[in-house]
Amino acid sequence: MIATAVASACRLISGATVEWRCNPSADVQRIYFGNHSSHLDFVVIWSALPPRLRRSVRPVAGRDYWQHGAVRRYLATDVFRAVLIERGSGGTEHALDAARAAVDRMAQEMGRRYSLIVFPEGTRSPDGEIGPFKSGLYHLSRARPDAELIPVYLENLNRILPKGEALPVPMLSRVTFGVAVPRNSDEPKATFLTRTRAALLQLKS
Amino acid sequence: MTLFDDAALSALVGGVLILLVGASITGWVLHRRVTGAVGRATVDNINARIRAWWVMALVFVVAVTMGRVVSILLFTLISFLALREFVTLVPTKPGDHRALFWSFFVITPVQYFLIWIEWYGLFSILIPVYVSIFLAIRTALAGDTDRFLERTATNQWGLMICVYFVSYVPALLMLRIPGYQQQTPKLMFFLVLVVQVSDVLQYVWGKSVGRRPIAPSLSPGKTWEGFIGGIVCATALGMLVWWATPFSPAVAAGMALVLTAMGFAGGLIMSGIKRDRGVKDYGALIHGHGGVLDRIDSLCFAAPVFFHLTRYFYIP
Repeated sequence: MIATAVASACRLISGATVEWRCNPSADVQRIYFGNHSSHLDFVVIWSALPPRLRRSVRPVAGRDYWQHGAVRRYLATDVFRAVLIERGSGGTEHALDAARAAVDRMAQEMGRRYSLIVFPEGTRSPDGEIGPFKSGLYHLSRARPDAELIPVYLENLNRILPKGEALPVPMLSRVTFGVAVPRNSDEPKATFLTRTRAALLQLKS
Repeated sequence: MTLFDDAALSALVGGVLILLVGASITGWVLHRRVTGAVGRATVDNINARIRAWWVMALVFVVAVTMGRVVSILLFTLISFLALREFVTLVPTKPGDHRALFWSFFVITPVQYFLIWIEWYGLFSILIPVYVSIFLAIRTALAGDTDRFLERTATNQWGLMICVYFVSYVPALLMLRIPGYQQQTPKLMFFLVLVVQVSDVLQYVWGKSVGRRPIAPSLSPGKTWEGFIGGIVCATALGMLVWWATPFSPAVAAGMALVLTAMGFAGGLIMSGIKRDRGVKDYGALIHGHGGVLDRIDSLCFAAPVFFHLTRYFYIP
């Protein structure tokens, strides 16, 4: 019930128009990857999903941020059922291990029924432009070759709740779910990341 | 006051119901008869509009008959949605963010609260005087001087159109007109009915016999034939329902004339803004109608004039 209230409040603030270019209710596990510019991002994607589907789609979020404080913990674990991962930075051995462990956890948490929402840029873009993709998406897609890769383009959310602001300004926005990105089993990481990023950019209206 | 206490209000609602049923039947007949791609597209558009009118009429009638608080809340929501569309459209910068937050979550509720507590004095000057100064200061404090004048003026104008002018509709409920006590919901009904019907009739006349455009750079759809046809018909309608108002038939006709002229002006102004921003509709909330702002563009500019004319001539 809290979930419905959150979805309704989200719709009032973000006035999102939703466009589906793939089947919204397909019975297949998916990795939804979107551009990241605002804390509203995964709430808006989640609100845009058909209600039946919301229970089986989980966002991936940074543990460092979402474990901080009782309200965030409650939202992350009980309302959205997020998969919380360590966000390492830099190329140290420890960071690489943490990254590998994060991908393993994501693949494992998907199980046989969950889909994930990930943000390959790794952090919120300050101006709405799509930054370079980190490698998590590549490793995750190889760990779960059965999952569909669906690009999700979010428009205007960075104006509603920009990075650095705590209060939202209501506006209209747009969520576009694209068609599944075709896989290429021998593809090197760089090509894969460029291709998926291009697929996301293509959804811009 | 409930629907059945007041015969005049029941008659108005009944009249609107008949109009809507008539429109739906016409739409259905057209749907069966018209062939050809262009014709079908127009008919589909008309039917989508008719469906939206049913929803709007239902919402409005429920609000009016359920009393002051519901009417005020309805228009608070309308202002909120209209402002949301307006702000989406204008080129805001991060420096406007805090000022805009104030507009939505403080200024809008306060404006409508003032109507609820019937504080006319502050209601009429809050946004034009105090808020305009406050918003300019708040935006200035954010520190960004790029296009400062333009952004501040735009945000103020957004509040004027979406909140201040729209709030004049439920503000009619504050007027204490001698001999018309407790009947002000009908005045609200008169205003909305005349303006909306005028819009529709201008559109219908324009589509059927429209030839010479009035302001092609602003709105290619508006023609002299549509304008005059719509104005004449809406003035006649205003005169026909004089019994629901505190006016005589002649005055009711005069008021209706002013309302339709202001409504037409409002439509042109909002079209001008859309053209400037390069969009066709303000939003996609109401299917077939563009956004909320597209529906109330005429009402915005008619309401304040109607309120002040009525107040000036009918409140001693």
